[in-house]
Amino acid sequence: MSVLDRGIKSIFLAELVSGMALTLSYFFKQKVTLNYPYEKGPLSPRFRGEHALRRYPNGEERCIACKLCEAICPAQAITIEAEPRDDGSRRTTRYDIDMVKCIYCGYCQEACPVDAIVEGPNFEFATETREELLYNKEKLLTNGDRWETELAARLEMTAPYR
Amino acid sequence: MVEFWWTYIWPVIWILLQILAIVVPLLVGVAYLTYAERKVIGAMHLRRGPNVVGPYGLLQPLADGAKLFFKETVIPSGANRVVFVMAPMITFSLSLVAWAVIPLGDGLVVADINVGILYLFAISSLGVYGILMAGWASNSKYAFLGAIRSAAQMVSYEVSMGFIIITVLLVAGSLNLSDIVNAQKESVWFVIPLFPMFVIFFISTLAETNRHPFDLPEAEAELVAGYNVEYSSMTFALFFLGEYANMILMCGMTTILFFGGWLPPVDIAPFNWLPGPLWFIIKICMLLFVFLWVRATFPRYRYDQLMRLGWKVFLPISLAAVVIVGGVVVAFDISPLANAAAAK
Repeated sequence: MSVLDRGIKSIFLAELVSGMALTLSYFFKQKVTLNYPYEKGPLSPRFRGEHALRRYPNGEERCIACKLCEAICPAQAITIEAEPRDDGSRRTTRYDIDMVKCIYCGYCQEACPVDAIVEGPNFEFATETREELLYNKEKLLTNGDRWETELAARLEMTAPYR
Repeated sequence: MVEFWWTYIWPVIWILLQILAIVVPLLVGVAYLTYAERKVIGAMHLRRGPNVVGPYGLLQPLADGAKLFFKETVIPSGANRVVFVMAPMITFSLSLVAWAVIPLGDGLVVADINVGILYLFAISSLGVYGILMAGWASNSKYAFLGAIRSAAQMVSYEVSMGFIIITVLLVAGSLNLSDIVNAQKESVWFVIPLFPMFVIFFISTLAETNRHPFDLPEAEAELVAGYNVEYSSMTFALFFLGEYANMILMCGMTTILFFGGWLPPVDIAPFNWLPGPLWFIIKICMLLFVFLWVRATFPRYRYDQLMRLGWKVFLPISLAAVVIVGGVVVAFDISPLANAAAAK
């Protein structure tokens, strides 16, 4: 019986036809592709994207040059130099992140006591040359100003779990 | 002077115009077949396919063509230069040459020769030369293996294709493609009485054009890309165009042999308003859709399975079919040739 069954199935290409019916049913289904540059998927508030240096609402930069981020960075991507400013407060003179070395682990934002260095929601910062990915303090502060609204909201959302 | 014009110059211009009228739409068709392939397979994978270049991605084939055109043609130092460059040209021109005998409508054919089907069969068999030359001239082991596989595969499936064509000829009583179509006008489309033959013929055309699931010659997983590994730029584009033009040709051949060429499905009012060539194109498009559908559905055959299918399944079945169809035609006295002879 099974021989006959199999024979009939193979003569009438039963399995091939059922396979093709399946792919045809998929042909008419709703597509699942995200139309990427025009549509974007949801991001977790903990998503670790491009770095930014934040400021206080009065415009003063938050970073106090404690160098905890530099110390914890497993990829040693952060370089900080600091000296007292004219008003006596301790501030960085240099804050570089090598975005090529960075592994986006998020330890820097975990280590930061004043929420100055954070990883933002932006992941579309590809550049044409490698040099453009060596970020300096100016670039990081600009990022901070640009993303401040999102950064503050994200910090607030994750605050209960920290 | 006037006589010179009408006997020598004008026929040349006329034939060139006819050639252009076939080749230009064909190449556009080939370009959009690649687009359709990506769209159809994408849809079956629940993807969208190309949709960025132009509305619905319709300019994608042009962008691809421009990209290939401006790339550098790399000829490997170990290659046989002449044969290496000749191979894609042969593949491409053979895929175009065959269209000379394809009747697009009633009387709409460049060369209405009486051995049309034989010519078509011969040209499609010659296609293997381009691939063999490419594989040999590349001086690369992958290309060579791909070419050997391709040659073996095409030869195997041509045998059963030939027998199936014979069954159609027995029923139609002519080797002229227009006559084969007209024979279906008087009776029914040959796909109805010869349905099993159609299935075998269709699967053989898949193998003949090196399409999935018989794409062993270019098996990406094992052979990188098979016979065209070493090709780049326009030389590669010619192979690509040739392969797709061959697909359209094979679908045209299937349409003529089994689906009544330019004939509408039923010869009544709403259907016979459409002109014949349009019906021909619609039928070809539907068959091409099945080509793409098959590609999205089945995994690649193993080489020994491919050979087993060709020699141990298709060949005996098609041989038996020739005998059975011939027997039926004689036994029930429906041979068109005998009837024509009797009418005289």
